[in-house]
Order: sequence, then C-alpha cells, then structure tokens
Amino acid sequence: MPVFERPGSSGSQIKVEDKYGHFIGGEFVAPKKGEYFDNYAPQTGQVFTQVGRGTAEDIEAALDAAHNAADSWGRTAPTERANLLLKLADTMEANLEDIAVIESWDNGKAVRETLAADIPLAIDHFRYFAGVLRAQEGTISEIDEHTVAYHYHEPLGVVGQIIPWNFPILMAVWKLAPALAAGNAVVLKPAEQTPWSILKLMELIGDQLPPGVLNVVNGFGTEAGKPLASNKRIAKIAFTGETTTGRLIMQYASQNLIPVTLELGGKSPNIFFEDVAAQRDAFYDKAQEGFAMFALNQGEVCTCPSRALVQSSIYSEFMKDAVARVEKIKMGNPLDTDTTMGAQASNDQLEKIKSYLEIGKEEGAKVLTGGEVAKLGGDLDGGYYVQPTVFEGDNSMRIFQEEIFGPVVSVTQFNDEADALKTANDTLYGLGAGVWSRDGGTSYRMGRGIKAGRVWVNNYHAYPAHAAFGGYKQSGIGRETHKMMLDHYQQTKNLLVSYSPDALGFF
Amino acid sequence: MTEVERVGYTEAAAELIRRLVERNGPVMFHQSGGCCDGSAPMCYPDGDFLIGDVDVLLQELRIDGVVEPVPFYMSESQFEYWKHTHLTLDVVPGRGSGFSLEAPEGVRFLIRSRVFDEAELTALGLL
Repeated sequence: MPVFERPGSSGSQIKVEDKYGHFIGGEFVAPKKGEYFDNYAPQTGQVFTQVGRGTAEDIEAALDAAHNAADSWGRTAPTERANLLLKLADTMEANLEDIAVIESWDNGKAVRETLAADIPLAIDHFRYFAGVLRAQEGTISEIDEHTVAYHYHEPLGVVGQIIPWNFPILMAVWKLAPALAAGNAVVLKPAEQTPWSILKLMELIGDQLPPGVLNVVNGFGTEAGKPLASNKRIAKIAFTGETTTGRLIMQYASQNLIPVTLELGGKSPNIFFEDVAAQRDAFYDKAQEGFAMFALNQGEVCTCPSRALVQSSIYSEFMKDAVARVEKIKMGNPLDTDTTMGAQASNDQLEKIKSYLEIGKEEGAKVLTGGEVAKLGGDLDGGYYVQPTVFEGDNSMRIFQEEIFGPVVSVTQFNDEADALKTANDTLYGLGAGVWSRDGGTSYRMGRGIKAGRVWVNNYHAYPAHAAFGGYKQSGIGRETHKMMLDHYQQTKNLLVSYSPDALGFF
Repeated sequence: MTEVERVGYTEAAAELIRRLVERNGPVMFHQSGGCCDGSAPMCYPDGDFLIGDVDVLLQELRIDGVVEPVPFYMSESQFEYWKHTHLTLDVVPGRGSGFSLEAPEGVRFLIRSRVFDEAELTALGLL
C-alpha cells in the first residue's frame, strides 16, 4: 500500500497556494480586510498555507451573492438540482484519491479513513439527496367535496451553515446536500482548524453550481461565525459543535425567529453483554473491533464510543483481549495507508486531551494502556499525536462524563441489563450508543431504552445515508443523513382551494 | 472559614484576559461541554451569552488590572459532574474556539483540573 506525498511537495500533484481567499459568487476573492491566518498541518505542526480571515464584511458579501442566486436556484426543477448533485458526486469520485489526501493533510487523520470512509460517504450523500429529492412528493388533503389542501415544498431561501473540523468535507456535505437539494443558497463557514480542504473541494466542484448558490467564508467564530449566525438575512442556521456555542447560536436565532439544527456531541456508551464472549468466533472478533472503534478518527467523533460498559462476568477476559486489540493500532505518518490512527487536529485539542489524561489519573482511574502523548520521530515530532488510551474507572469520574474528543475510552463494569441501562443513560448527552449481544431481546430492550438518537446494535461507527442521525438530550436538535433533513431546509406551502361556486351564506 | 476557590487562573490566562478586556470591554466565561471545541471555557463580551436559571456561577475571577470581576459560569447539569474538581483557567497555543474571543490571537483558553482535597470537599459540603 502506498505512502502519499505531502500536498505541495515536489512529488505530489496536489497544489498548495501561499494563500487562499473566500469562495463567493462562484469565484475566489480576497478577504475584504486583506487579512489571512496561518493554517497548520496537524501531522507536523508546521504552517503550510494561509487562509482568508473573514469578517462581517465578507459574510455580507457572501450573503449578497447568495441572495442574488437564491430565487432562480429555488425555482429550478428538482430534476435539474438532482442532476447537479449527481455531477458533484461524479467529480468527487473521479478525484477521490486526491481529495482523501487533501483531507488527511488538513485534518491530520489517517488517509486510510478518508479513502474508505470520509470521501466515499460524502459522495454517496450527494447521490442520496439527489435521489430523495426526485422521489419527494407534496400531499393533497381532501377537506370536503369541494375543498382541497395542497402542500408544496419550497426552499427556505438563504441558509447559514457552520461546520466542525473533525470531518471537514463530510460534515459540510451532510449539510450541503439537503440544503442544495431543497433549493437553498448557502453561506458556509468551515472550522478555522481545517479551512483548506473545503476550498480545495471548491476548486474542483465550485464552478458546477450557479454562482452564489454555495459560498464559503473562512475565519474565526467570533469574527465570521457570529456575523453569520446572528445575521437577519439567513432563514436558518445549522451548526455542529459544542453546547455553549450551540446555546449561543440558538440565542441569535431566537432574535431572528429562525429555525436551528444543532449537533452537539455526546459521551456514547458501548455496551458488551456476557453472551458476546460465549464463543471465540467471528462475532467475538467483531465485538473486539467494536471496542477499539473509540480510536477511529483519533477519537474526534461526536459519537466516539468513549465509555465502554462490560458485563462483570466476562470483564477480565474480554478486557485482556480488548487491550491487546487496542495495542495493535498503528500510529504513524497519516499519509501512509498502513497507518491506522493519525494526528489530532490541532495543538489545543492535543492540550485538552492531555488535561483529561491528567484528571483521569488524578481521579484514580487506572491506565490499562496508553495514557501519554506519542512522539513519532522525524518531523512528525511536531505533530499532535496521542497514544490510544484505555482507562478503567467508574461512571462518576469526569473522564466518563465529558467528551474528550481524543483516542481515550473509559471502561467500567455492569452486573445486569438494568444496571447497564442506568449507567448508559447517566450522561448529559444522547447522540450515539452501541449494544453488543447475541440475544435479540437484550439488544432490542437496550436499544429502545437508551436515550440516544442512534443506537448501533452489533456494529458501530457506520454512517450510511438513509439512517437518521441526531441527538437526544443535550446532543442537539434535528436528524441528518436522512430524507427528513430535507424538511429542515424547506417551508411547507399550503394552498387551500375551494372549487365550489357557492357562497358560504355568512354575510 | 474562608470560601473555597472553585476556579483559579494562571498568569498567562490573566495576561490574556487583560488584553481581551482592553479590546472588548468586560468579559465573561461559560464552560462548554460536548463536541469538537467543547469541554473548553468560552470567553465572550460580558452579557453576550444569556445566562439563565440553568447556569451556576462558579467564581468571580478577580484579576489585577481588570476593574470588573470576571464571572465564570457552567450549566447546572454539567456542574453536577464537575463539582468535586477545582479548575484552573490556562491558555495554550491553538486554534479551536467556537465563538470565543481569544481565537484570533492564535491561543486558546484551557481548563486544567484537580480533585478537591478532603478539607475543601468538607468546606464545600461535598463529603
């Protein structure tokens, strides 16, 4: 398997400019105030390019472009929009390998994952919403013999989207596909940790959409995110991030009386019942892999199975195998397809994970493996690497209650189903959960009992389009990756029509 | 008995707060939970973030050179899981921010934590 060359190096066909502007009205434009910020490669900690530091002036320019485009875009036939989304998907597919390398370089994650998951899923997402749009129908309600209510879907107009850094392209596409399918124009603000890969994507697909339909403004939350989220010229704001900013976004939205969709993270339990270990077969092996899934994307996933609950009767044997499985994770150059875990996305992310490794140890949790920052040698020494870490402790500890967003799992035991359910639900969040059992009844009861929007049964970390994804409790509002997200980007128009020639007789 | 300190700060954090206050006027903190930039303290112009009945004021930070005490809040539900720990506001180089004021400076506020000792826990009524 190959080791890809770094973008911008002589051996790579991927070009890196010295600096990038915003993508507004179908072209790249310099930021109005002329300022740029450094973009770091998490793999080495070195600055590799500069990106426009957007301000309110850039957001307004993007909103101008979006408003100019929105009406005619909203009137295009569903077939036309669907075909365009399919074309975007085809272009991405034809450039899959380059996009995967670009995403790995900007975010730090292993290219193995962007090749197999991030980018193929993003491609499929465009295709899914192209299909969903073609199949969407309005409704007709017969009120009485002469009166009919017609329900039409209409776009909202111009929407704002604020994207996280953990899957920069995939999370953007999760939001873009339904918004564009529904006929909206978009102003999108990527995360300031990963501003580059989406711009590279715009180089590829930006000219396939009418100018102004999709605009990208980079910058800091306080300088570019706030003027977008609080803007009276957006009809909806979508955000993926954390709880305090989520509240702030809702606060701004309340001032403009616009709808909000939020995805705010979790502390997902991954629950292993004793019958998992009834045999040492393929299913046991699958469950072991399921345990190690906390290391996917270096743990930087809102649904990271960061709490593992293992039934007491199998605990010591299961954990012995699980720790051995985790210790097989190969850290290294993220652009090497043999690397199974890459770098954290930013230095402050690394520092935060370190602070949790400290508090975990201080609270008395036992480190079963890992527990330290990793130094990988050469210029990777400057990158942001953490050893996959397994803590053993109890659910009241802060490492069991807070999203660390790193490759860290906290493990505890349970006695029976009721005990497992109680611990699983003892959290502020409700985004994801995993249940592993050979017994359909156990899985069903647990699956229904866990207060989370997505419960994986006998699998984990699958994100197919057509399966709704979203949170209970403090994990957010709305459901993505499903046709129901189209509704979040549409108005319902009701035409209430009388076909009767007769007066009512009231006046 | 003197009141137990719940939130302290490093000199680097104090210095950054002084700069931010100079530029933005009085500031406030709200500790975030959850995804991405979460589990991190967010710094806003005071009053920008609406504090409600669901929030707890952990500490008013008194910082040399800053006239107004700087309030540090957390949601009550999150506080339930955090109340046994002392927090120190620090600052590190970084990018992640949400809408926090310091991000354009290339730095990020960070919380370091330690478990309260027995005397502190007793004073806080947590034993």
